[in-house]
Formats: sequence, C-alpha cells, structure tokens
Amino acid sequence: MKVSKTGMQAACVELDEQDRKIVAGIQSGLPLVSRPYAEIGKAIGMPEAEVIERIQGLLERGLIKRMGVVVRHRALGYRANAMVVWDIPDQQVSELGKCMGCFEFVTLCYRRPRRLPDWRYNLFTMIHGRNREEVMDKLAFLIRRCRIENIAHEVLFSRRCFKQRGAIYQPASDKVTDSPEV
Amino acid sequence: MMLDALDRQIINTLQSGFPLCDEPYAELAAGLGVDERTLLQRLQRLLDERVLTRFGPLYRADRLGGAFSLVAMKVPEDRFEQVAEIVNRFAEVAHNYQREHVFNMWFVLATDSAERVDEVNREIEKCCGLPVYNMPKLKEYFIHLDLKVEEADGSP
Repeated sequence: MKVSKTGMQAACVELDEQDRKIVAGIQSGLPLVSRPYAEIGKAIGMPEAEVIERIQGLLERGLIKRMGVVVRHRALGYRANAMVVWDIPDQQVSELGKCMGCFEFVTLCYRRPRRLPDWRYNLFTMIHGRNREEVMDKLAFLIRRCRIENIAHEVLFSRRCFKQRGAIYQPASDKVTDSPEV
Repeated sequence: MMLDALDRQIINTLQSGFPLCDEPYAELAAGLGVDERTLLQRLQRLLDERVLTRFGPLYRADRLGGAFSLVAMKVPEDRFEQVAEIVNRFAEVAHNYQREHVFNMWFVLATDSAERVDEVNREIEKCCGLPVYNMPKLKEYFIHLDLKVEEADGSP
C-alpha cells in the first residue's frame, strides 16, 4: 500500500449522500430480524442489495473497521483493568510495541507523546484480567517474553469508570465519532 | 448474568465480524449449530442484560473526519468528585476512568475535528483550574479488541 505525506491530508474521506444515510442508519446497531439490511433499507429508502454493497464499500475503504459486537469487559468477568505505561527509548518503541501487541491479553498498544517533565511514558498498553493478580501475572509474563526487565513502567489500575458511550452521529455536520476501548 | 457455552460461542464469533448477506443471522446460526430464532433471542438477551453494548459497525472516526485523544489530569483527591462532574458534563468526553496514580483522571475525547480536541481541552482547563495533558495516539501496534470468553471460573 502506498502511503504518501499528502495522503495524510486526505484522511477525511468523502462520503456521498447515500453513504451518509447508511452511516446514520446503522450507527445505533443492526436490527435483530431475519433480514436486517432489508429493514435498514426500508428505513432509509434503499434496496437491500445496495445497503449490503455500500456497507461492503465502507468496510473496504476502512471507514468501518468491522461489523460486530462491543462487549463490556466487566460483564464478562474481566473486573480488573490496568493501563501499563512504559518509558522506552525512542529508537526501540516500534520494535517493543510490536512485541507487546502480539500477546492476546494486551488489548491495546499505542505510542503516545511524553509530557516531560511530568510524564515520561511513551507506550501505553491495556491489560484486562478477572482480578489484579491475574493482570500482574500477565504483565510478568509479558516482561519476560519481550525481555523488557530494564524498561521503566508503571501500572495504573482503574478504580471507577464514569462514562461510557457508544457511537455518536451528528447529522448536521455529517461527522461520526466512535469511542473505542482506551 | 450467567453465560452458558452458547452465549460464549456467540460472543466470540461476533467479535470477529458479521456476515454481509441477505440473511446474516441464519448464516451465523448455521455455523453455530442452532436455528436463527435461538440466535436472535440470545442476542436480544445479551443486549438487554448489557453484556453487549452494541451490535453493528465500528466506525473509524479519524477517517470520517473525527478525532480522538486520551487526556490525563492530576486531580487533588479532595477535588476529585467536583472535577469529575465538570469533565463528564462535556459531551465530547466519551469515557472517563479514575486510576490509581498521581495522574488519577484519564478520559477520552471524541470530537468531530482535531481542532475541537484542543478547544475542549482549553475549556476543561479553564473550568477546572487544572492543567490537562493531551496524549493523542501516535501509532497503534497491532490491536486485539477481542477478549475470549472462557469458562466462567471467576465470573459473577
């Protein structure tokens, strides 16, 4: 895939009128009926086949990451969640980030800017577990496997989650936001 | 809510995608070895019980013109509730976690533009009288959104 610098500016991909209808029509979720795409089509005045085709197009263009479910970790028994932050020499971030991101229990792995002098960490990982002990076991395993015993890190367990909302679509400005697990 | 083997199978299957065809539930159900009606009932229950929050598309907000950022604050313990209330009032705050650290407040901004992230941060600083530390994602290294649902030894 070719990625040019100018490509960055084209990050906001044009949606046509019909695409916008689709984005708005499915944002709150797919209906639980035999032919959900037909039902969406009925609501927005579009044939079932076109609904499917356009969703396919949005997936291919990367505007929709995937179709599927958003699970609540807590409801599944994952009660402990730790953001583990690492202070990694800049030239090693990419290599170690990829290593950590390979483990199934690492649900997010992002590079973020340091905010010196207050905040020295530049790699953020999220580890979920049924309890804190399980999270710490996973972390120890990760450290061994990526050989990062000498990398400074901190574990920030969550105490409370205040607010969690799903996608928001603002028809007035044709903008869509979605909140991932962060 | 207790999840049985079928619930877990449904969740695990749906985390990796959903078929794009005329009768997607029937197709999924066939793969799971149940009938369509059973699958729809199970899904409805998982949504009602809020095990699943949503069932549909995951948008890439950045490609649709939107922006995200993770923002941290060091809030004095005795002001925490008050500051949380102020921050949570902003519609752009998607979720907000209290964490055990000097940096004890971590929230995600989801806005319709990159400029708006900065604006909201300035407003929050002004309203709370505390600095915010904006830490947008620079790079994502392989991401697993799935958490396998296993036999529920420690689950509620």
